[in-house]
Amino acid sequence: MNARTQSPPREAPESPPKTSPSRRTFLKQAGGGLSFALVFGPAGLAAHRPGSADALDALMTPGAPPSEHPFGAWVRIATDGQVLIYSPAAEMGQGSMTALPVILAEEMDADWERVRIEHSPVEPGVYGRGWGGGRGRGGSMMTAGSMAVRGYYTNLRVAGAQIRRVLLDNVSREWGVPVGELATEPGVVVHAASGRRISYGEVAAFAEVPAELPEVTEAELKSPEDFRLIGHSVARHDVPAKTDGSAVYALDVQVPDMLYGVIARAPVHEANPASFNEAEVRALPGVVGTVRLNYGVGVIAETVEEAFAARDAMEIEWARGARAEGFDSVAGLEAYTEIADGDSQGRPLSERGDVADAIAAAATRYEADYFNDYVYHAQMEPLGAVASVNAAGDGAEVWAGTQAPDMARAAVARELGVAVEQVTFHPCYLGGGLGRRTMADYILEAVQLSRSARRPVKLIWTREDDLQYGAFRPMSLQRLTAGMDASGNLSAWTHTVVGDGRGLLASGISIQYYDIPNQRIEMRGASHGVRTKHWRAVGHGPNKFAIEAFIDDVARGEGIDPVVLRRTLLRGSPRAVAVLDEVAEMAGWSGQPPSGRARGVAFVERSGTLAAGVAEISLDEESGRIRVHRFWCAADGGIVVQPRNARAQIEGGIVNGLSTALLERLTLRDGRVEQSNFHDYSILRMSDMPDIEVRFIPSNEPPMGLGEPGVPVAAGAVANAFAALTGRPLRHMPFIPERVLEALNG
Amino acid sequence: MATTFTLNGNPVTSDAPRNSMLLWVLRERLGMTGTRFGCGVGECGACTVHLDGDPVHSCRLRLSRVEGREITTIEGLSPDRSHALQQAWIEEEVPQCGYCQSGQLMQAASLLAANPSPTRDEIVSHMDGVLCRCGTYGRIIRAIERASAVSAAPAGRTR
Repeated sequence: MNARTQSPPREAPESPPKTSPSRRTFLKQAGGGLSFALVFGPAGLAAHRPGSADALDALMTPGAPPSEHPFGAWVRIATDGQVLIYSPAAEMGQGSMTALPVILAEEMDADWERVRIEHSPVEPGVYGRGWGGGRGRGGSMMTAGSMAVRGYYTNLRVAGAQIRRVLLDNVSREWGVPVGELATEPGVVVHAASGRRISYGEVAAFAEVPAELPEVTEAELKSPEDFRLIGHSVARHDVPAKTDGSAVYALDVQVPDMLYGVIARAPVHEANPASFNEAEVRALPGVVGTVRLNYGVGVIAETVEEAFAARDAMEIEWARGARAEGFDSVAGLEAYTEIADGDSQGRPLSERGDVADAIAAAATRYEADYFNDYVYHAQMEPLGAVASVNAAGDGAEVWAGTQAPDMARAAVARELGVAVEQVTFHPCYLGGGLGRRTMADYILEAVQLSRSARRPVKLIWTREDDLQYGAFRPMSLQRLTAGMDASGNLSAWTHTVVGDGRGLLASGISIQYYDIPNQRIEMRGASHGVRTKHWRAVGHGPNKFAIEAFIDDVARGEGIDPVVLRRTLLRGSPRAVAVLDEVAEMAGWSGQPPSGRARGVAFVERSGTLAAGVAEISLDEESGRIRVHRFWCAADGGIVVQPRNARAQIEGGIVNGLSTALLERLTLRDGRVEQSNFHDYSILRMSDMPDIEVRFIPSNEPPMGLGEPGVPVAAGAVANAFAALTGRPLRHMPFIPERVLEALNG
Repeated sequence: MATTFTLNGNPVTSDAPRNSMLLWVLRERLGMTGTRFGCGVGECGACTVHLDGDPVHSCRLRLSRVEGREITTIEGLSPDRSHALQQAWIEEEVPQCGYCQSGQLMQAASLLAANPSPTRDEIVSHMDGVLCRCGTYGRIIRAIERASAVSAAPAGRTR
């Protein structure tokens, strides 16, 4: 099917609207009736991207188009020297669509000016990675957990080196010189002895590429000091298209004959529709059909306005008995205290030494409970997808922005009861992911609507849909106890987390960098029937808030500087001490903050990266409003492939972390989400934005994840700054004004 | 009844119902998908366009209200990303997910059109209604300052 960003307008303007060059290109091709799928084969997605429209232009230029030669699965080299590199990661703003090709191009010695990037086909057997990031082909294509760069790093370096070797072998044969006498410069093979040079494009014209690429060991890869792309902040591929509106998100896709779908979802998660005014809704203008789902009713109409109007007219009787029925999240969170008080042993997550003995023997004991509310993803692009199920119902084409295109494609195939090859999947840019787009619910909904209509359907979630039928970072209680022995060592530590979300609650609860000889960490479950999901670093947010605030409780109790106490606890890890020292230096920790302000520190590990942050805050005691003026962060994430973008990721993580620390709160009453849109679910605004400074510790260690560590470092630092300013702890996130006033007056 | 207005300098006529929101007319009928749907209630600013040069939320603007008026969308900001703000956005590498950036750029363009050399406080106060989930605010401020400096420089120096 000829998908395009722009269908011919239903009502043609009197003269064509002024559009960007790439859009004109696009219309021209659409008008020319060229099948993008034919041109691009499995990378059909390319048809949506302005960059590929340029590429299409190149292919359509009069004269012989340069032919592209595959060099293994990842790269094609055109005879004009252009290098196409497939990027297997979803692009949701984190920049790995560029970072991954940079890694490959580095070892291949490609000329970056001639590199073109496209999403790889959705073939996890070829383009996936192992969760551990190990060698070997295939695995998950999910982009989550800051896994892209660290998961693909070695594989893509080896792939790049293999391609370089193939190029060298071919030149060696062609010129009859030993391969050892050849070298490469960006995009060129060089024979120094004779002064001969040949471009990669010229080699591609005659190259023979073996079915199995030659073996390259890690020892043969470049030494980091020879890197000329990695660590040098290559401009992001996706940025230009994101400054002129031409970047294509799923909601922008239009295909011929397309209908619009919206769904009225259950006000209580997972409640079934018992009945609705079907005949009335179907008789409304433009309505093509209605579709009953397990937890909602969909309506399909000719125009978006008609779809919205039909949904507004729906009267649905919901069956009783959904698990979340009657649930009150405020009372539910209070009840977590009883669960923590109870005798029942939770699920042990980690145990070390003999914590009971150590607590009993402690000279001083500390205990505190910390609370966290539900948090919503609030990615700026509401969910949505375009699906086109064929007339026979045994195949489909899908356009969606997803963090897990492989899983989504397989889920669509399962839904239709067909082989995965029957589903053509076009990944689009994601208007934010934050973990929400690892789920395929919105994609399957589009498929269900299209299957019913046997026409393409664009499914749109409104913001209210997105918020109220979200899948939230779970609320939780953290109960911590600690014991100091007679010689002033932190000898005992227990941490019990209570909540509904299992593994989501456990992330970040471990304190492996803190040298505390006796520890017990456990989880106690609850069950509410409210949808929960990963949320940028998920459990790290609540857990690191509690852990870092508690460490400061202990430091205050013992009269020890918080940096000094952490330094002692981190003694087993020089890298951890280095990030702490770095941030203390950045923030001028040993000096006084400006009058009326105070600073707080926090340390976290996430996705293999170590990070320390310092927040500098002030407080309006009248309103209870906290203002964060400055935030410093030092991180050791090993080799930083794209430093400029990596700083942006840490900054963004800190902004998300501050947003959840200060503002974000989702509640349920009578089983229903109480908030509906940005007027009652606030996220951080520009006026709340502190000055942020980020530094990376120079390193030649393998790269770790940088998309998430900024999130968990924020809340603890703010709570600790507040305690430094007022002497009072903040123990319930978010620190909304009423809680701040309560802490001040309580 | 058809509605006629000027879109990015060109006259257009739409047969969409007069009470349709401009956002959806632009996106689904006129192919101008650069203007984004974020909240539908005028709370996030992703759908910001210019109505006779002033920033408005197209998700709350009925088609009947634009009869005879002039609408500019991100596609009309420049034909080739040459607007000083677009250049600055690229140089500061502002966008992450990018979804809010059309709205950010249109909001910023209306600021610089009225006030070529805004202070930081003026920037924040003018931009505060446009939400960014990725946390690009700091870079947005820097990009506006950069564009402002470029625009304010004598013409000879910017060539």
